[in-house]
Amino acid sequence: MSVRRLAEDHDQPERFAFSDENAKWADATIAKYPEGRQQSAVIPLLMRAQEQEGWVTQPAIESVADMLAMPYIRVLEVATFYTQFQLKPVGKKAHIQVCGTTPCMLRGSEGLIEVCRRRIHGEPFELSEEGALSWEEVECQGACVNAPMVMIAKDAYEDLTPERLEEIIDAFEAGRGGEVPVGPQVDRTSSAPLGGLTSLTSEAEAGRTDTKSEDGKTAEQSVPPSKAGRPSTSAPETDATVDSPSPTKSTPEDEEVNTDGRAAKEAEEAGREGDSSSGNAASSATSGSDVGRDRGKPIKSVSGTAKSNADGDRGKDADEKDGAKTVQSVDGGEQGSAKREDGEQPPMIDKPKQPDDLKKINGIGPRIEERLQEIGVWTIRQISNWSDAEVAWVDAKLSFRGRIEREEWVHQAKVLTNAGGAE
Amino acid sequence: MLADKDRIFTNIYGIHDKSLKGAMKRGHWDNTKALIEMGREGVINVMKESGLRGRGGAGFPTGLKWSFMPKESDGRPHYLVVNADESEPGTCKDRDIMRHDPHTLIEGCVIAGFAMGANTAYIYIRGEYIREREALQAAIDECYDAGLLGRDNKCGWDFDVYVHHGAGAYICGEETAMLESLEGKKGLPRLKPPFPANVGLWGCPTTVNNVESIAVAPTILRRGASWFAGIGREKNTGTKLFCVSGHVERPCTVEEEMSITFRELVDRHCGGVRGGADNLLAVIPGGSSVPLVPGDQIIDAPLDFDSLRELKSGLGTAAVIVMDKSTDIVKAIARIAYFYRHESCGQCTPCREGTGWMWRLMQRMVEGRAQKREIDMLFDVTKQIEGHTICALGDAAAWPIQGLIRHFRPEMERRIDEFTRNAEPGARPVLEAAE
Repeated sequence: MSVRRLAEDHDQPERFAFSDENAKWADATIAKYPEGRQQSAVIPLLMRAQEQEGWVTQPAIESVADMLAMPYIRVLEVATFYTQFQLKPVGKKAHIQVCGTTPCMLRGSEGLIEVCRRRIHGEPFELSEEGALSWEEVECQGACVNAPMVMIAKDAYEDLTPERLEEIIDAFEAGRGGEVPVGPQVDRTSSAPLGGLTSLTSEAEAGRTDTKSEDGKTAEQSVPPSKAGRPSTSAPETDATVDSPSPTKSTPEDEEVNTDGRAAKEAEEAGREGDSSSGNAASSATSGSDVGRDRGKPIKSVSGTAKSNADGDRGKDADEKDGAKTVQSVDGGEQGSAKREDGEQPPMIDKPKQPDDLKKINGIGPRIEERLQEIGVWTIRQISNWSDAEVAWVDAKLSFRGRIEREEWVHQAKVLTNAGGAE
Repeated sequence: MLADKDRIFTNIYGIHDKSLKGAMKRGHWDNTKALIEMGREGVINVMKESGLRGRGGAGFPTGLKWSFMPKESDGRPHYLVVNADESEPGTCKDRDIMRHDPHTLIEGCVIAGFAMGANTAYIYIRGEYIREREALQAAIDECYDAGLLGRDNKCGWDFDVYVHHGAGAYICGEETAMLESLEGKKGLPRLKPPFPANVGLWGCPTTVNNVESIAVAPTILRRGASWFAGIGREKNTGTKLFCVSGHVERPCTVEEEMSITFRELVDRHCGGVRGGADNLLAVIPGGSSVPLVPGDQIIDAPLDFDSLRELKSGLGTAAVIVMDKSTDIVKAIARIAYFYRHESCGQCTPCREGTGWMWRLMQRMVEGRAQKREIDMLFDVTKQIEGHTICALGDAAAWPIQGLIRHFRPEMERRIDEFTRNAEPGARPVLEAAE
């Protein structure tokens, strides 16, 4: 048990009220429970109050008690019993929760705590000098195979090293916390083993062929599965299609493109404009056309899988109009798929005397570097010269599922080569 | 090794489409109505024949649990509560189900709800799983839109699924504490009897099941009890999500057959123990609350309920925490003791006082600043706590320390000897009270 008390009176604000949006949400939450059982909503409501204010204040406790017709003491009990409620103000920019339980400890969480002590404050729950940061050691956060990890606000940052944590703290301190990719900080997919799958490999093959037919474009933009598993958040782990965390953030425009009608329209444009049109539209059109041409083929085949994948949004059209020849997007689709087949192989070279360190490009790790070298990519200059078609070819060849474009390798490579030239 | 075609969670890493369409493509929600038409007894019988044992830690047969619910309603509604308060250190399997394969769980809720005559399910997810909660809620919304949930749905069984969440209390993983928490109170476990199947949530008949137990149900019904019962050993059947953490080359979560040996699990999926199998010191095979097993005993042991019980440990949640020879084993267990001290709800005296006492003594054991007879005293105290509390948290706090003393007593004594040898000459022995 831990002793937890409310903050001193002089820290408590005068009053508390839910914002309009949160008040509406609270009514919906209370309605989840049977008549007369509205007390059940106390934890969700307090949590929402904490999200709004940053911590659980005494006026918030009283306000929630009034909303649920509970005695103040019952809500106070709940607020002090559950350790996720912060009873004192925490860092404005970030409150870093380091998991210190045995599985994380075995993989070095003590080093992370050391970093927090040095960078933020010697004691947990104390604010850093500017009041921007604070930290605490928490018990198991349930990401043990990605140990050690920290949790900041709603997101987990996993597979950390002390150095990486320092970088993350730097980013949050500078107000750039949103740019840090969430989830594993090494080259792995959620809880899958580092360096490639050991199970579900046949499924993974199917998945890869899926993305090949996506023309190597960013799958998450072109073929929105639908809204399930895809809440309105940019966190990769709740993103339906991002297989590994990356700095990509879906912008409002992307969301718009994702709606069916818009995508189809864009696909049409893509058809007219050919290669020059946006990658999104072209590739969604691609899948659309694949749906059309390869309906009924077994899942195994490349485009057959594309069909089932594309079922998400475009399959319906295809079902209705068998063959999909009449579907608007087909014009664009044929173009798009033609482009896919055209995907050009970029010039490859033998191993030079001094190969570049490709890992300088953000997004390339040791394993990807190895795979690039296998197909003959040894220098950053090579990457900087890739055209869109060549990017698509490499992406399909190595099943990167659009990460080349997503992580802007070509742009990064250009910057790197220019910097090198300046020297 | 389990073949890919026998894996239930085919999107556990989230590399495929997570939407309803994607889940349907992988075979979920396929004619759920036909499963409902098997009838209540039919569903329960298949679950019993499959030999599925609860995946939340205790290993109680799931079919049997479902059959405890009253056959006829006496006017009170029945409830299904899904335990997604995954807080056992080492465990992160339900997280992957909810964020990557949520439809297995939602379909399972409909089936399980039907089998126990419940029209409402509450999924109690731990407060820290925020993104997982969002993913699950989005999937549920999608099912409502598609007419798979709600009144007069396509499955033929009126069913509502609500997501509720906690706020960081390990104890709420205990079923009656979970019900208290769901009622908007502190998570203090209730005395049993009455059991939740009679008096549960809001005084109504309730069954609490783990996420994984519920999520495997539709696939079992679809593929038949004999398929599931044919995997693993007798009485330990089926597939299981293993979470391998700690000192392996590549920690991961993986679905494997029950009774896979430790060596095969770690070598095949995790790149082996760090520094080779000879470097293995000990393994905690089922989450922090089961006793550790020394490396030489577990290396070729099948990982299932019964074989680990023979090793005086348990499968628990199949959270395999691996420790190599660089581990400070006493400190590792002392950290677990701290965890239980932090998470004790404070209701029963043996646990409230005992967890703190054990932690303080363990801290001294880490340094060796203790006397050898205190090892016996510590063991004795764990026995006083075990079985003398309302819920199993007292047992869970006692077992890791018992395991440590059982297997690593020489190491604890060595530290005490070393500390004594290095003590200042003439220094008085430790006299401070345990408090």
